[in-house]
Amino acid sequence: MAKKLRYALYTGCTAKESTPELLKSTLAVAEKLGIELDIIEEASCCGASHLQDFDDHLSLVLNARNLCYAESREAPMVTLCNTCQLNVSMTKNRLDFDNKLKDRVNQDLSEVGLEYKGVSDVKHFLYAILEDYGLENLKKKIVKPLKNFNVAPFYGCHNIRPSSLHGKNNGGENPYVPNSLDQLIEACGGKPVDYEEKNKCCGFHADLQAPETANKLSGNALTGAVDADADFMVTPCPLCHLNLDVKQKKAGEAVGREVNIPVLHLPQVIGLALGIEPEKLGLNHHVVKAVYF
Amino acid sequence: MEKSIQTKNITVKVFRFNGDTDVLPYYKEYKLEVSQEDVVLDVLNRIKWEHSGSLSYRRSCRHGICGSCAVKVNNKGVLACKERVFDLIDLFGDELVIDPLNKQRVIKDLVIDKKDFWDKYDAVQPYLVADVEEEPEKENLVTPDEVEKIADADYCIQCGACYYSCPVIEVNPEFIGPAAFAKAYRFTSDNRDDAKIERLETVSQMGSGVWDCVKCFECAQVCPKDVNPIDKITRLHQQTFQEGVAESNVATRHAVGFKHSIEQHGFLDEGGLVFYSEGPLGMVQHIPEAVNMFKNGKIPMPWNLPKSKNLEEIKKIVKISSTAKF
Repeated sequence: MAKKLRYALYTGCTAKESTPELLKSTLAVAEKLGIELDIIEEASCCGASHLQDFDDHLSLVLNARNLCYAESREAPMVTLCNTCQLNVSMTKNRLDFDNKLKDRVNQDLSEVGLEYKGVSDVKHFLYAILEDYGLENLKKKIVKPLKNFNVAPFYGCHNIRPSSLHGKNNGGENPYVPNSLDQLIEACGGKPVDYEEKNKCCGFHADLQAPETANKLSGNALTGAVDADADFMVTPCPLCHLNLDVKQKKAGEAVGREVNIPVLHLPQVIGLALGIEPEKLGLNHHVVKAVYF
Repeated sequence: MEKSIQTKNITVKVFRFNGDTDVLPYYKEYKLEVSQEDVVLDVLNRIKWEHSGSLSYRRSCRHGICGSCAVKVNNKGVLACKERVFDLIDLFGDELVIDPLNKQRVIKDLVIDKKDFWDKYDAVQPYLVADVEEEPEKENLVTPDEVEKIADADYCIQCGACYYSCPVIEVNPEFIGPAAFAKAYRFTSDNRDDAKIERLETVSQMGSGVWDCVKCFECAQVCPKDVNPIDKITRLHQQTFQEGVAESNVATRHAVGFKHSIEQHGFLDEGGLVFYSEGPLGMVQHIPEAVNMFKNGKIPMPWNLPKSKNLEEIKKIVKISSTAKF
């Protein structure tokens, strides 16, 4: 690598609350790889596609404001959550292609002394590692390859669909046959397993109002991974993680199966392969414990 | 100089089932040479004309407008008459598997019974409801801006690719689905329509309506006409609030709760949001999960809740940029 990678880190809410292990492991991995992450502490929630159902304009201004703080750091924004990635990049896309809308949003932002310019890119940590850091560079740092582990990648919707939005920041991932996580698992020495649900939905966004739907979708994903002989799953999205880990028992029941499979966050898998101690990666926070490590 | 036509050899596996003679469906394999000009429909036609005359599939206009020929290739919903085989080879390699849109609804081979699709389509009254005078005195003007609002929703050709790619349909047969929602939006956003409120009431029912959408973007990804149904679903959500149709329930309070949480903390108060959405009684069902989360350090104590830096700035933004009421 020519120069040190530096990003403005948009943590999102979940990494600061119900999946603290995600933030912990991300910071540990970044430190080990020499990637500088400057946390945007001024940021607010992205609205998670729910505020967007209520108030489109407010969600645009809030996300534009979040982007302003990446711009003032003169760095691309990196996200840890698929849904943050979706909402921030959807905002960016709409403002960058509609000057009238951008002016209207900037009019509100000017009340707090900010201006959205559109100069910071936004990408998920998965693709920052893959596209910017590079798999070959990562491979050189692997000291504890995840040998003998079958790993089920679970991509999560909002990093891969719609490809017309994400294409330029996710290496042109094919939403029907995604393979970035597969490649990453391989780079970390594990064996990626293939199963039908790897690019399907976990149902998170209907958890409260339609738990049966959400549990069945998560249950299908979990049993798909188990039947493909996976030792554990890995996901780049903390919302998928909540459904697959915290709600695993209910999800299994919804499809009539008893399931017991650990689900790891993407940086935890990288961290383990880099030789970082499991405690530093927050594996103790999981409901279904990853007993192998 | 003559321009050479590039060709490739592919293996096509086609889903076959004839209820009169087959106990179970099976895949029949065909080897074909295809050119960059071929679309999936050319492949199906050649199989029917040169290999197996009994192959059944729907096709009519061959111009991407009748919506008859949608099938799945390697699980990707496509319009057979529009999708180039070379593009599919780029995506999936030289072995293509052609399936009906939904295997449970097969009548024969690739032909399915779309009754469920049409029933739901009918449920949103897919036509303009208006008292039009027979001899109007002046034109019923629609401005270009108003047309733009509904234009992409109006491009829907009812092919069913989104409906049969929707994961909610697979687990909840009541769900109205993306195509009919996009159609509902096409009329709720038409200023000539008189049934806006009625339509919004239909699409905001719990169990069948827009609140049961999981926001997976499968519909936006698959649509061959760029209707972007999930975008229309989002706009229907917004319209239910704008028109005062939204009732107070766990889903609407959840959407509104984000605003309150952001105003108070910048970041979400996740526990507070669930409480606001569910109410005290609804919280009971979450207790076992919450205990598990607390034990594993997944619920911060109230005094440790994350708060954004520059919270005053966020409060001001919420004040000046809010456009919706509930």
